[in-house]
Amino acid sequence: MTVENKIAVHVCNGTGGMVAGGGEVLQAFKDAFAESGVKAEIGDRCSVNGVGCRGLCAREVLVDITVGDEVTTYQYIQPDMVSRLVEEHIIGGTPVEEFMVGKDYHEFLSRQKKIVLADCGRIDPEEIDAYLDVGGYSVVEKTLKTMSPDEVIQLVKKSGLRGRGGAGFPTGVKWELCAKNKADQRYIICNSDEGDPGAVPTLIEGNPHSVIEGMTIGAYAIGADMGFVYIRTEYPLAVERLKKAIDHARERGFLGQSIHGSTFDFDIRIKLGAGAFVCGEETALISSIVGERGMPRAKPPFPADEGLWGKPTIINNTETFANLPHILRNGPEWYSSIGTETSKGTKIIALTGKVRNAGLIEVPMGTTIREIVFDIGGGIPDGKLFKAVQTGGPCGGCVPQEHLDLPVDYENLARVGSMMGSGSMVVLDETDCMVNMAAFFLAFNQAESCGKCPPCRIGTKRLFEILTGIMEGRGRKGDIELLLDLSADIMDSSLCGLGMVAPNPVVSTIRYFRHEYEAHIRHKRCPAKVCRSLLTYFIRADLCRGCGVCAKGCPVGAITGIKKEPHRIDTSACVKCGACYDTCKFNAVLKE
Amino acid sequence: MEESAIEKLEVIYDRYVETEGSVISVLQDIQSEFRYIPEDTVYWFSEKSGVPASKFYGVITFYGQFHTKPRGENIIATCCGAVCHVKGSERIFLKLREELSLRGGQDMTADGRFTVEQVSCQGACNVAPVVVVNDKIYGKMSPNKIVKQIKKM
Repeated sequence: MTVENKIAVHVCNGTGGMVAGGGEVLQAFKDAFAESGVKAEIGDRCSVNGVGCRGLCAREVLVDITVGDEVTTYQYIQPDMVSRLVEEHIIGGTPVEEFMVGKDYHEFLSRQKKIVLADCGRIDPEEIDAYLDVGGYSVVEKTLKTMSPDEVIQLVKKSGLRGRGGAGFPTGVKWELCAKNKADQRYIICNSDEGDPGAVPTLIEGNPHSVIEGMTIGAYAIGADMGFVYIRTEYPLAVERLKKAIDHARERGFLGQSIHGSTFDFDIRIKLGAGAFVCGEETALISSIVGERGMPRAKPPFPADEGLWGKPTIINNTETFANLPHILRNGPEWYSSIGTETSKGTKIIALTGKVRNAGLIEVPMGTTIREIVFDIGGGIPDGKLFKAVQTGGPCGGCVPQEHLDLPVDYENLARVGSMMGSGSMVVLDETDCMVNMAAFFLAFNQAESCGKCPPCRIGTKRLFEILTGIMEGRGRKGDIELLLDLSADIMDSSLCGLGMVAPNPVVSTIRYFRHEYEAHIRHKRCPAKVCRSLLTYFIRADLCRGCGVCAKGCPVGAITGIKKEPHRIDTSACVKCGACYDTCKFNAVLKE
Repeated sequence: MEESAIEKLEVIYDRYVETEGSVISVLQDIQSEFRYIPEDTVYWFSEKSGVPASKFYGVITFYGQFHTKPRGENIIATCCGAVCHVKGSERIFLKLREELSLRGGQDMTADGRFTVEQVSCQGACNVAPVVVVNDKIYGKMSPNKIVKQIKKM
């Protein structure tokens, strides 16, 4: 993007955008511009770029057309709509109203505070010049020229920045511990292994250079000359853009030897994860980088003392690094003025599940869950009732209705039995069964347990079995107490961070939704009508038109009836697959 | 092992011979070359590099990404992340298996055309539930939509 261009077209090419057809839309614009008539009309005044995600992926493909200072945003754009946008808006000068976003889109944005994500969706992530145009790499240059490593550490400490990976350890303090170790070699690692919906793909896809700049600042502060980005292979687009960004940064001398003409050398390599959740744990991540099974080890020694290849190593998460250029540019006072007493700055939150405006948002620490779910998220779709928000990923907990006004920060979430994690929030409505949710997360945590210590390996398995029993109608009196006892033991006696929080989903759902457990155990009923074994399907004779669609779709032939007469389900043959419930156009199939 | 397979392995070997801690990278490259990790490639590599085969297998069985059985021409993977779960991904998975007549522990169709798997979060939670068909992500899926998709293939 260059300044003299009068018209700029930005097409969302984040993962969400690409899934919805962002690549094809971008190509359609390029093709349209290449047509001779259009080219003669607009000449070289117009540019078209793919940009990262700007958050509201539910409305993809989003397209911005900027004429002079005026930005018009379009939603749900598909390739066949492009010619109208080009003819009417770009050439004709009249925006196409029926494709434009509504007021709610602007509300979605205006209630947020974008710092880390500010340039995502505004700049082309594959062009280093786009990042330079918004002041990129100037902070690291100034830092290298005017500040000592210790001054950087003190500044970061003063800003109050805490690790965005979940535990919230103060970043500056961690750096100080690492820097004071005497060593010939230190390493810095960017942990981009987040599995739950989070900031990683969006940040790296949308603004990879900000992560590189942040890592360079960190490396300078602790005296590391080598960095690694440990990223999941499930994010191919992010990996590709990061590779490109690292190459471009090397070409310009922002990575490599004597960065910005200083005596500081630093380079970054990418390490692809191989699909193990536990590798988000620092010591497991280090084992994985050196090509071993990703099993955690006892701490201390902490990685800041003995990390990668036995050398002092700092591991911070992607969002933490992306915060750094902003903190150094605007100062620690500015940063610590945002947020709550104990948690400073903003937090990126992946807001998903049963919510209208599913997407990636950034809000100041201290924003309440109500504001996040209802004001920004637009509430629950389909007229359903809110039940809870599951925060913190598979090891997190749920926050029920009664805590909707809870200001979100590290301490508050922990106080109500959940956690920040990487900042995911999955909104659940009345049709979600909390026992089923707990079992789902337990199944995940159990499968991801590395197997090193028995409490986690065996304990999570037993928890899952008890939960399965409850869901299948085999729940017994005393099961709830047993679940709680066992959870406490696992949390007390596990070695690493995964085991210590793995039972969280169970403890948290029992804390707030004990009545749902009791309904399953005592009355063999699933109030949310999710647990299949506890359901019975039947057809309401007054609503059934006898069309026969359900009977045709039933895999076990349990539905019988004469054409145009009400049908019946033979409950003894029914396998409760729900196919009839899904296919009935007259809502005549009910479950109870 | 066939000559062409050995040539491919030689290339991978040369790529990593000098790099520390590259067991995972080697296995990732073998898998992208052969679509799974054939047993004889592990033994070939083990002999050539002096790294015990048990070490390779330790890594292979630890990480979810590696496959030790042949996979079909088309790989259909439903996401089993939390958001896709809430949005009904399990029903898509079961429908797929039913449609392709997969029974018990079977995950590849008898004719080798399709493999049905579950994958962890793809980071596209905003368009959940997602299904990954041959590395391309499809969002806002339903059991019926995926069946239509297969019939097209």
